[in-house]
Amino acid sequence: MKVILEQDKCVASGQCVVAAPAVFDQRDEDGIAVLLDPAPAAESAEDVRHAADVCPALAIQLTE
Amino acid sequence: MSATRAPAPGHVLVVGASAAGLTTAEALRRQGYTGSLTLLGAEEHLPYDRPPLSKQVLSGQWEESRAVLRPPETIERLGATLLLGDPAAHLDLPARTVRTAAGRELRADAVVIATGLTPRPPAGGAGPRGTHLLRTLDDARALRADLATASRLVVVGDGVLGSEVAATARRLGVDTTLLGPQPYPMAAQLGTDAARLLAESHTRNGVRLLPGDGAAGLIADDHHRVSGVRLVSGPVLPADVVLVAIGAVPDTGWLTDSGLTLDDGVLCDAHCRAGEGVYAAGDVARWHHAALDRPVRLENRANATAQALAVAGTILGAERPYQPVPSFWTDQFDARVQVYGVISPDAEVTVVEGDPAGGRFVAAHRTEGALTAVVGWNMPKQARLRAAELSAVYSRPRPASRATL
Repeated sequence: MKVILEQDKCVASGQCVVAAPAVFDQRDEDGIAVLLDPAPAAESAEDVRHAADVCPALAIQLTE
Repeated sequence: MSATRAPAPGHVLVVGASAAGLTTAEALRRQGYTGSLTLLGAEEHLPYDRPPLSKQVLSGQWEESRAVLRPPETIERLGATLLLGDPAAHLDLPARTVRTAAGRELRADAVVIATGLTPRPPAGGAGPRGTHLLRTLDDARALRADLATASRLVVVGDGVLGSEVAATARRLGVDTTLLGPQPYPMAAQLGTDAARLLAESHTRNGVRLLPGDGAAGLIADDHHRVSGVRLVSGPVLPADVVLVAIGAVPDTGWLTDSGLTLDDGVLCDAHCRAGEGVYAAGDVARWHHAALDRPVRLENRANATAQALAVAGTILGAERPYQPVPSFWTDQFDARVQVYGVISPDAEVTVVEGDPAGGRFVAAHRTEGALTAVVGWNMPKQARLRAAELSAVYSRPRPASRATL
């Protein structure tokens, strides 16, 4: 799985961090999401899909 | 619990092709649903996102195409029949058949109602030319076109939408007045303290605020174009563009004689079931929040997605009540504001991080010592972390919270 995060679409809700804390974080200064791992391991895949689902800005794109 | 699971339906019809509707369809596929799927949308456009309409799309910062919810090829891969530009007109509940405005008859084993909201029109009808409502992409286009030549915009309504449009228009250089019944814009959604800061931000950026006032009527010139707003307080405010943003009502007109219970939305149980094989998600749904122990309806983007995921789960047999922590955000001028929980006017408000004077802070709202809401002002991450405590309150099965909506 490959993850693309469009930071300029991000609205800083942090939903992705709640869903997949191993793959996403938020910047302290403005809350914009940060991609920790653009190619997460299989065991994170379900969390990452959930993160993409709940992102209110549709800023997370996945390719399997 | 698989023994108690109902068999998956053979055909799911999702009525409404915006965030809640499309997410329901996607979540059904993601959760393994392989039956037939129909997505019915009232508008001609491919599913698009609404929060940018009052901000990036209205300002022109984004091309309209950036607001689409999914690229066409992703929607194609969904394996759903997409019927656009054809609003639902009637639901036959026992037959689970939806008749559309164009005369289609769509029968399904499960029907998901995700028709969203219709903006409240101004008293006395649509108003003269130059009077706008904002809900759809077409609305945003029309308002944007008018703002390009506007000299004076008056925004009637001081809720989230009115405040956001006032900020966007002012940034475009339009002379803007924002009026509404509250002492500060968005006071009901933010609490008095943060709303006062928002008012200061608007004033600093040149928006004229008329708190505690309303529109008694719209004045037209000889060409039936709006020329002013008559205020409840008496005077007429000159305007050549008016946005009426005085709230919206659940789009349930097509369900009037369906037999479903309609009470400020489609009334649902804790699993978002409105009737046998009928479910509701998003702005239109009023469901029993098990932790608050009463019906709740949320008009925000985060809920559209979360409730759609819950409905997909319910359809496929998950017996999990939907009981989220309400949350929303708004972006206006240099403020990005996050709200978690339920704002109550009598809550005790404490700044727990940052400093309002410095333009960044997190405030905790407590009622009788219990945390009821968290407001973050330019501190999204810190607000989210502070709000984690609310999850425990909202995940209780029985009412333990005194929070009121």
